[in-house]
Amino acid sequence: MIPLWWYLGLSSLLFTIGAVGVFIKRNAITIFLCIELMLNAVNLSLVAMSSYFGDIGGQLFVFIVMTVAAAEAAVGLAIIISIFRNRESLNVDEADTLRF
Amino acid sequence: MEKVLFIVLAVLAIGTALNVIFQRNPLYSALSLIGTLASLSALYLTLHAQFIAAIQIVVYAGAIMVLFLFVIMLLNVPKTQPVVEKHKALGFLAIPFAGAMIAEAFYVLKTLADKKITPAFAIDTTDRAVGTTWSVGYSLFTQYLLPFEVTSVLILMAVVGAMVLARREGD
Amino acid sequence: MTTAVLLEWVIKSAIILFVLVTAVAYLTFLERKVMSWIQLRIGPNRVGPWGLLQPLADGVKMIFKEDIIPTEANRWLYVIAPAISLIPALMTFIVIPYGSVVHVPILDRDVALRVTSMNIGLLYIFALTSLGVYGLVLAGWASNNKYSLLGGLRSSAQMISYELAFGISIVSVLLYTGTLDLSVIVGQQSGRFGVLGWNFFKVPLFLVFIVYYIASLAECNRTPFDLPEAESELVAGYHTEYSSMKFVMFQMAEYINLITASSIAVTLFFGGYIGPKVNYYPWLGLVYFALKVLVLILLAMWIRFTLPRFRYDQLMRFGWKFLLPAAIVNVIITATVVLFWPPQHP
Repeated sequence: MIPLWWYLGLSSLLFTIGAVGVFIKRNAITIFLCIELMLNAVNLSLVAMSSYFGDIGGQLFVFIVMTVAAAEAAVGLAIIISIFRNRESLNVDEADTLRF
Repeated sequence: MEKVLFIVLAVLAIGTALNVIFQRNPLYSALSLIGTLASLSALYLTLHAQFIAAIQIVVYAGAIMVLFLFVIMLLNVPKTQPVVEKHKALGFLAIPFAGAMIAEAFYVLKTLADKKITPAFAIDTTDRAVGTTWSVGYSLFTQYLLPFEVTSVLILMAVVGAMVLARREGD
Repeated sequence: MTTAVLLEWVIKSAIILFVLVTAVAYLTFLERKVMSWIQLRIGPNRVGPWGLLQPLADGVKMIFKEDIIPTEANRWLYVIAPAISLIPALMTFIVIPYGSVVHVPILDRDVALRVTSMNIGLLYIFALTSLGVYGLVLAGWASNNKYSLLGGLRSSAQMISYELAFGISIVSVLLYTGTLDLSVIVGQQSGRFGVLGWNFFKVPLFLVFIVYYIASLAECNRTPFDLPEAESELVAGYHTEYSSMKFVMFQMAEYINLITASSIAVTLFFGGYIGPKVNYYPWLGLVYFALKVLVLILLAMWIRFTLPRFRYDQLMRFGWKFLLPAAIVNVIITATVVLFWPPQHP
């Protein structure tokens, strides 16, 4: 039987990788991918807890996180497209004026 | 047997996740994130969360990541970019912070490591156990109906928002 | 899980792989024959009796073609893309039941004529069909060719749009059957009334089938939805640059997707392997299943050679403004019927 803390440890490792990615990358799309990675890391710990303690709430939370992630991807990518149209670049450091 | 499976999947997940941040081309990053998502889906199966595992593939790998690929291809972003750009200091600072974060997480988990927790799926093996489609559907439409409905409104807002943002002037 | 069970899975999967590959070879032949009948021609008739060895000749020709990788292509993705499109197509088949339990005299044991039965069978199929799009998109991108890229982009947009209608029509079936397990769904369609027990003849599901079938044609990139590879405008879309066995792999993936979509339609709507006397002679189930699938494939071919291709904006308008609302209305109708007249499953 796999101990619960293995899942939680894996989840924290993945979350850290995602967080480091947000720090060191400057490409808007890659940063977005790292955010998805962090969401997934949290999902793993939620599902693990839910399955180990027999409470369905955690899995429903994951379900809702996924739908929110889908909505977020749609809006986020639309923002990225319009930034790219205006600046011909995806570097987040260059998008530093709060207007077009 | 189970532990070997877990370790293989965990190594896969961490390897592909590291690849996401060490690739220069965002397309490769996106592809390796698909690998992470797939191995997480397999991990959900080892936790007997079949519904979430299937939804993970359908929603994440099948829809969200296709959208990412679509945008990456459409924008045709410059192919090579350095792994760590511009803010070198921030990049070097990230490593100790990451180390601290992992150390903290494992310090907390150490207290959990000694406890023996029998997983619920080892006890309840009926076809209405936690994680089956029935259990997810039942709770979703009874106890958690309000969050579900609110999510649908959120998605509608996201659709409208994406349309407004991505539209060209004058369309 | 004993070694015997594992061995059984491996053997069954190998047999399915073999049958599917042979079926694909002969489907290309059948397609050409049907096309020539519809167009009042003769079709291939030179190799072997009635041209029956034509697929073999085609195969040999394809193997000996030069395998070209364009200089500017992304080699790694270019090579892996055909495999990515073929593997999910093959994997779908393991949950489809193509017969009930038979007794095999040589092994002296009962063998179920399906690789495995999952309690998330339908979701599994849905997950795999949603992965199929990657092969096309990556092939289009990796070829580094404008026609290929356009084909890849079109296919990703088309697949995502039609997957919604596809998934929602499956939801209607799910509402009616109350299970995701395909073997159980087939079992529910047997009964005293024979053909009338099929889901196709149940009141709400008849309309669902029409939406499902149109959406599945679009998922398989069949004419009139073959915009990703439209020969006359995009040369050949995402597989313009491919030759030799890599091209064959795309073709195989396409035909296997057609077979799979037809098999799922047969399982969900036309009673799967159920037919007269199948309870007494379980092996007959295989024959019935194959015949039903063949009829649906012939229907797809008939549609292909009758209808012209959509324009791209027509395709998107049809998917979003007609098919998706139709699927949602179907869900409402099915839910109403199930609420007031709950289905009695045998």
